[in-house]
Amino acid sequence: MTTDSKEQELLHGLALNNRQAIETIYKDNYNMVQTLIINNSGSPDDAKDIFQEAMIVLYEKVKTGSFELNCQIKTYVYSVCRRLWLKRLNQLQRSAPEIENIEESIAIEDELELHEQRNSDFLLMEKAMNHLGEPCKSLLEAYYLQKKSMVEIAGNFGYTNADNAKNQKYKCLMRLKKMFFDQYKTNTE
Amino acid sequence: MQEINMLDAIERYIRGEMLPEERVFFEHLRKSNPQVDQMVVEHTIFLNQMNKFGERKNFRSNLQDIHNQLFETGAIKKPSEARVVVLWRKYKRVVAIAACIAGITALGISGLIEYFTPKANVSEIAQLKQEINKVKRTQIDQAVVINNFKSASIRPLAPGKFGGTGFLIDGNGYIATSAHVVSKADSVYVENNKGEYFKTSTVYFNDTTDVAILKIQDSRFETKSLPYSIRKSAADLGEEIFTLGFPRNEIVYGKGYLSAHTGYNGDSTSYQIAISANPGNSGGPIFNPNGEVIGILSGKQTTAEGVVFSSKSGNIYKALDDIRKDTSINASIKMPASSSVKGMDRVDQVKKIADCIFIVKSY
Repeated sequence: MTTDSKEQELLHGLALNNRQAIETIYKDNYNMVQTLIINNSGSPDDAKDIFQEAMIVLYEKVKTGSFELNCQIKTYVYSVCRRLWLKRLNQLQRSAPEIENIEESIAIEDELELHEQRNSDFLLMEKAMNHLGEPCKSLLEAYYLQKKSMVEIAGNFGYTNADNAKNQKYKCLMRLKKMFFDQYKTNTE
Repeated sequence: MQEINMLDAIERYIRGEMLPEERVFFEHLRKSNPQVDQMVVEHTIFLNQMNKFGERKNFRSNLQDIHNQLFETGAIKKPSEARVVVLWRKYKRVVAIAACIAGITALGISGLIEYFTPKANVSEIAQLKQEINKVKRTQIDQAVVINNFKSASIRPLAPGKFGGTGFLIDGNGYIATSAHVVSKADSVYVENNKGEYFKTSTVYFNDTTDVAILKIQDSRFETKSLPYSIRKSAADLGEEIFTLGFPRNEIVYGKGYLSAHTGYNGDSTSYQIAISANPGNSGGPIFNPNGEVIGILSGKQTTAEGVVFSSKSGNIYKALDDIRKDTSINASIKMPASSSVKGMDRVDQVKKIADCIFIVKSY
């Protein structure tokens, strides 16, 4: 199999959240990124953070259906990590030396901007969810994220019937939506 | 209760779970009731965000899982040299100070040893030194003889490791000078009349015609347009000439005339001119009254007073031809086509030209 089609297969696997694919990408690139971060005044934990964020960038990119990287996965991951780490160094106000050991690196400014947007959306939802408190949080997660049925949920959460559970879910949902959209609108305005 | 049902309907509609008739009915409702439409749009955005939130959360915990697993199996590991690097960073200062102390101690001890060791036979050493000096002196004498023989006064004042003059032949930083000015140089710098230094590389070098072409390798150099041109055809006997050069650290103007069409011993690549020239003038341009370069000052005869030689300007054109033919040289030189100082009085000409004349310093 050629490298190209192998890489394409990995990317498709990644989009489907296929464990095998994620593992392969992880294994092939982690050490490179770790070396980069550690050689530029970072710790192994920093390396893990940065690498996983880059994986999320890649994941959300292929999730939108764009498998065109115009370069190898390795180059892409390296470039993203490099940018993310430079930014982190800036935020920490540590001196940001011109990162040594510059391998081939590509321009990914636009994609990182997109990633920023997704990040803030994610944090918004996370914050709203945490504000919601229990049992609302678990209830909504069970229904919307784990896609459980109302009957199942009623059983798990101890409601007498599915209608009761639905009622409760509705109240929780309205609170969450209000919190979310209040913030979301001020963010996008 | 009604609102719950409405939301339920919207969710089923978004997920595409409605039956066809129900769907048609709902779409109709959506069209006729803007409030319902608004709710659908809003809820779509919300569910979309919710989905992304869930996906990322899921992916994240997957990553965490994989990280731990790969770590346990040893597929990825913390780099071993990292610890050394960290330690080095942390203790750099301490190491530096320790090294200093060690250095001072070592010097002190060697000083003490020196002080207490019996002195060696000084006179013996001195004798040896003399021997070496003697050898050295004879060598120098020989070198002088060889040099005198070799240069046989055609370029008797060839400056060794010091300066000459050069002038721009292309505003992009190409400078012509005498080959002998840069012949023994490891590196060549030029300095303009404002005292700015630029590093150059030698693009072309010809011992026979005594022409060298340098290229300024410095981004600070600004492209200039040249006020003078380079004459292709031969100059006339008796023609008045002038030169600008750096026999000292100041630009010096000199005036004279063309005395012969050939140079030393009938050398057809050069002119004989009568002008006052000193070491440092070598490589300087020789202008005719129209502001055209007719030659490059190359040297003078020591046995006769006021006899100076100049490489003909045609040699610069020859150099350009050679450069064009030689594919290993990557240079495109465009020389100015006409002189813009023609007809001006000499003071103004010199003023305009002076900016394009450089001190050439060989190291």
